[in-house]
Amino acid sequence: MPIIHAESHPLDAIIRQDRMPHIWCPGCGIGIAMRCYAHAILQADIPIENQVVVSGIGCSGRVAGYMNIDSYHTTHGRAIPFAVGMKLANPDLMITVFSGDGDLISIGGNHLIHAARRNVDIKVICINNFNYGMTGGQVGPTTPQGALGTTAPYGNPELPFNLPYLMAACGANYLSRWTVLHVRQIMKDILYTFSKPGFTFIEILAPCPIGFGKSNNIPDGLEEIELYRQRCLLIRDGDVRADELGIDLREDNPIYIGKFIDHDRPPYQPVRVGVTE
Amino acid sequence: MVSRTCLTGMHFMNGDHACAEGAIAAGCRFFGGYPITPSTEIAERLARRLPEVEGVFIQMEDELGSIATILGASAAGTRSMTATSGPGLSLMMENIGLGVMLELPCVIVDIQRGSPSTGLPTMPGQSDVMQARWGSHGDYQIIAYAPWSPQEMFDLTIQAFNTSDRYRVPVLILADEVIGHMVERVVIPAEEQIERWERKRPNLPLDKNNGGFRPFRVVDDDLVPPMVHAGEGYKVHFTGLTHDELGYPDMTAQTHHDLVSRLSAKIRHNADQIIRTDDYYLEDAQIVIVSYGCTARSARRAVSLARAAGIKVGLIRLISIWPFPEAYIHETCSSAEHIIVAEMNLGQISLEVERITKKAVEGVFHAGGAMITPQSIMNKIQELAS
Repeated sequence: MPIIHAESHPLDAIIRQDRMPHIWCPGCGIGIAMRCYAHAILQADIPIENQVVVSGIGCSGRVAGYMNIDSYHTTHGRAIPFAVGMKLANPDLMITVFSGDGDLISIGGNHLIHAARRNVDIKVICINNFNYGMTGGQVGPTTPQGALGTTAPYGNPELPFNLPYLMAACGANYLSRWTVLHVRQIMKDILYTFSKPGFTFIEILAPCPIGFGKSNNIPDGLEEIELYRQRCLLIRDGDVRADELGIDLREDNPIYIGKFIDHDRPPYQPVRVGVTE
Repeated sequence: MVSRTCLTGMHFMNGDHACAEGAIAAGCRFFGGYPITPSTEIAERLARRLPEVEGVFIQMEDELGSIATILGASAAGTRSMTATSGPGLSLMMENIGLGVMLELPCVIVDIQRGSPSTGLPTMPGQSDVMQARWGSHGDYQIIAYAPWSPQEMFDLTIQAFNTSDRYRVPVLILADEVIGHMVERVVIPAEEQIERWERKRPNLPLDKNNGGFRPFRVVDDDLVPPMVHAGEGYKVHFTGLTHDELGYPDMTAQTHHDLVSRLSAKIRHNADQIIRTDDYYLEDAQIVIVSYGCTARSARRAVSLARAAGIKVGLIRLISIWPFPEAYIHETCSSAEHIIVAEMNLGQISLEVERITKKAVEGVFHAGGAMITPQSIMNKIQELAS
């Protein structure tokens, strides 16, 4: 096979070349989602110095280390409140929280629901790969009931969150779901959220063949993407009841994707009072 | 006409309110907190005051969020603060470590109450002293002040912001319920008399391609790297992982040792600039009392009573607790016949005094709930003098 040498890559300016290669496993979907985010930043009409990424801990949290913008890799679960403080301190910044389901939904769940309720102007991108990948395939609050994980060797006894339903109940201003098969939709959607004031939440389903797939009969990343291709059903706001948007990859049910909520609630503003002296 | 950014003049206010006014006067423009007795009056005051000075007040969902959000605000370039009590401080511990590792300045006010657990929410304690020093996992150094009056709540809150910015480390105010709720005279000076130490900032030409700029490289003797704020175009990376001078994760034992050693050394090497103490009747003292916070008020009264009775007693008051004033304690206590440590816990700072002086220390301890009285300290003095 011929070896191809490339002098440059369209994303050179936005990815930290000196941090490559990345840590992600073959078949992992996080890099695809990061690439969509990188393209959205390059296409957005926002000064690059105002783009900031904040991550928590886990495989998806490593995105902060790879993006060549101001980047903050914080503690497990605390990316959202860190981002909230940063945004309120400097409203000129465009702050994206890029993290995983374990980080945002489990240990960081309280911050997630309150940030949605407050409608703070931060952009949340949540990679959902149905398990804790970095620590080696433990179940979490997005793992389907019955699925196997290293901490659920007899099958997950718990019901998972239906994230759109949860976020809708919290008053999320904007809510969508894609899979890493939907690269153009993700890129356009991130661009759209940059232009949309308030709290936005994009859930991106991604294969984790090593952590989740191998124990649950989806041992190959491409196989999971093929499963997305067969089962994803694009819907619009209101087509399907929010309580029916849950996912179980192992069942032959549709995986609903698309924009589920797009409101124009006023974003959170710090209180200001004029003082007459 | 009084500026809303500094309420210059003479006031009669409690320690919590004085702390809030100290924060405003110091230029703090971000508070993230969660209500908890006996610190709540700080949040309430700032909820009213920060909107007047174009600052941000946000009541967070919990103390985990409070500490994370003030670190984020700090990273964006704003002086930021939270206030809490023991249970909340426990929840903040992990991210105090993040503040240390990312070298993000911030001020954490702990109005101590009777502990452990829920303890005595409305009553004083001084038992978070060792937690303040060691509570987050790992080796690190921290700075903490122990005000003994509402006036010092004002003064030391300003000092806390200044040292936090200068050394890029979270700084604690370790007050207690008595000082937080005590109402006394507080004099707020003219705005121009309030000292402000600015953060050291990079003055290198901005290279948008990040070429060679090392945001965690030490260029000065104080071991503190200049601080980059978000949005300045440096494209910096901050991570709680062990990192090199670029800020990039570096999972090697050598980098880890170098980083953790520097984070401690920047406080230890500058300890002389940070440490603040006061003393009373120390010159000829045969018995030396070491105390701090509200207990030092009782100790000073006990010294007066003992002197009136002809007993040669002196008092060392720790205004800053961490870093511990090792050289000063060694010097001042070496010739004393007896050393007493009075504190509202079962013996925490006394361990430090014993470690430094290598002498047996007499404790006047109480687990908390009420101030240690001058008489109980006097009883110990008389026991040792007889």
